[in-house]
Amino acid sequence: MSDVYIIGAGIHPFGRTPERSGREQGVFAVRQALGDAGLDWSDIECAYGGSASSGSADVMVNELGLTGLPFINVANGCATGGSALASAQYAVASGAYDLAIATGFDKHDRGAFNADPKAYGLPEWYGQTGMMLTTQFFALKIQRYMQLHGITRTTLGRVAEKAFRNGAKTDHAWRRSEIDLDTIMNAPMINDPLTKYMFCSPAEGGVALILASEKKMRELGADGVRIASVAVRTRPPNSFEVFQPGISVEGGGKPTELASRAAFEIAGIGPEDIDVAQLQDTESGAEIMHMAENGFCADGEQEVWLAEGRTELNGSLPVNTDGGCLACGEPIGASGLRQVYENVQQLRGRGGARQVPDGPKTAYSHVYGAPGLSGVAILQR
Amino acid sequence: MGALEPIDPELWTDEESPRLVAGKLPSGKVVFPMPTGDAATGVERHPLPRRGRLWSWTSQDFRPKSPYEGPGEGPQDFEPYLLGYVEIPGEVIVETRIVGATLDQLNLGMPMEFCIVPFNDRHSTFAFRPEISS
Repeated sequence: MSDVYIIGAGIHPFGRTPERSGREQGVFAVRQALGDAGLDWSDIECAYGGSASSGSADVMVNELGLTGLPFINVANGCATGGSALASAQYAVASGAYDLAIATGFDKHDRGAFNADPKAYGLPEWYGQTGMMLTTQFFALKIQRYMQLHGITRTTLGRVAEKAFRNGAKTDHAWRRSEIDLDTIMNAPMINDPLTKYMFCSPAEGGVALILASEKKMRELGADGVRIASVAVRTRPPNSFEVFQPGISVEGGGKPTELASRAAFEIAGIGPEDIDVAQLQDTESGAEIMHMAENGFCADGEQEVWLAEGRTELNGSLPVNTDGGCLACGEPIGASGLRQVYENVQQLRGRGGARQVPDGPKTAYSHVYGAPGLSGVAILQR
Repeated sequence: MGALEPIDPELWTDEESPRLVAGKLPSGKVVFPMPTGDAATGVERHPLPRRGRLWSWTSQDFRPKSPYEGPGEGPQDFEPYLLGYVEIPGEVIVETRIVGATLDQLNLGMPMEFCIVPFNDRHSTFAFRPEISS
C-alpha cells in the first residue's frame, strides 16, 4: 500500500442555510476543494460520499458533471464521513486510482433525531415508550462514567465553554458567540446531567476532501498532508452502545478503543505524538470519555486536564479546535469529514485565529456513530 | 375505560408477580429483549428475577418525537420522566423507565425492583422503582 495525501479541502459553512439544499452545500464544498487543489471535476477518478437526510450523494454528478466516474454512496450513521474517507484512502492506496474525492453533506430538521426501531432491529415498544433517543444514551453513559471516575458537572460545562470559545474564532462554525460557564451550567436540562448547551444540534453543511497518490501530488506540485492511517471498527462483543435495550453484565470493549489502537499501530506512533485532536463531541460527556477511549489520558484524569486548560488551543493537546460538533452542529454525512478538514487546515497553518501555535505536525480525528462504530484518521505534515 | 393492555404482550410474564422476559442463548448468555424471528432460533424464553441494582440513570426533559406514544397531546402537557439501566446480577443489564423516585434520590448501585405501570390511556409498560425495604 502506498502513501496517500489530502491535496484539497473544501467546506460549506455549518449551521442553517435556507437557500441551499443539503446536496447544494455538498457541491459547494466539492468546488471549493477542487479550487484548493487546482483541479477540475473531470480530473477526479472516483468518489465516495454520503448523507443521512439529503438524498444519495451520487446525485451530485448532475451539478458537478457527468464524467462517468464511479461514485459510491456511503451510509454509516454519524461515522459516514469517516467511512467515506477510509474508502477513498483504500482506493488510492491500492494503486487503483490516483485521484479520489471523499464528500459528505446533510440538512436535518430541527430538534433531536428520531429513530425507527425496525431499522435497527429493535422492538416497537422501545421507541413507543420513549427510550430510543440518542441523547439518552450519551447521558446514561456519562452519568455512570462520572460516578465511577469522579468527573464533575463543572468539567462537563468547561468542555462546552471551550467549544463555543473556539467556535467564535472559526469561519465555518455555526455557534460563533462565546457562552460563559454559568449560563451553560444553568441552562435547561435535556437529559441529566447534560444541559441544552452541552449538546450539539442536528445542522447543515458539506465537506469535501481530495485524495491523491504521492506520484500525482508531486506531478501537480500540490500542498499535501499525508494520511498516516485510517481505521474504522464496529463494536466488539459485550460493548455498551447507542440504542441498546440490554447490555451484557460481562462488560466489553469499545469500538473507539479498537479503531484508535489500530490507527496508532498503522501510523507507528502513540497518543503522545499527537499535536492536535478532533474527538467526537456530540455532547460534553462524549469528548471527555473519548479523550480516554482514544488513549490520550487515563479515566478520571479529564477532571484535571479541563481545569488546567490542557485541551485549549494553546494547551498540551488542543481538542476540537473549530468548536467541534458542539459549535458546528452535526450534519451527519459531513461531520466526520469536518474534523479531518479542520486537521488539514491546522497542519497547513491555515487555522487563522484558532491556529494551534508552533506548527503542529501530527493531527488526530475520531468519529463515532450508531449502532456502534468508530473511525479514526491520523494526518501528518 | 377498560384495563390497560401491555405495550407488548410478550414483554413480561402474565402472573401475579410479573417478570420481564429475556432470552437465554445456547451459550448460556442472557440477552434482552428476547430475540424474534430467525434470531430466536435456539434461544430459550428466560423470565428475569424482579430485583436488581441501578447501573445508570437520566431524565427525559423534552417530549420525544414519533414513535413516542406517551400520554398528552404535545409538548405543552409533556411530563418529564426518568429512565436508566438496572443490572440483574449474573443475568443482564436492562434499560427501563424509573418510577417512584426523584432524580436526587438515585445513586449508583441502589436496589431496584420490577413493576408494571400505566403508560398512556391504552397501554401499561414495565419500570423499576427503588426497592421498598421490608
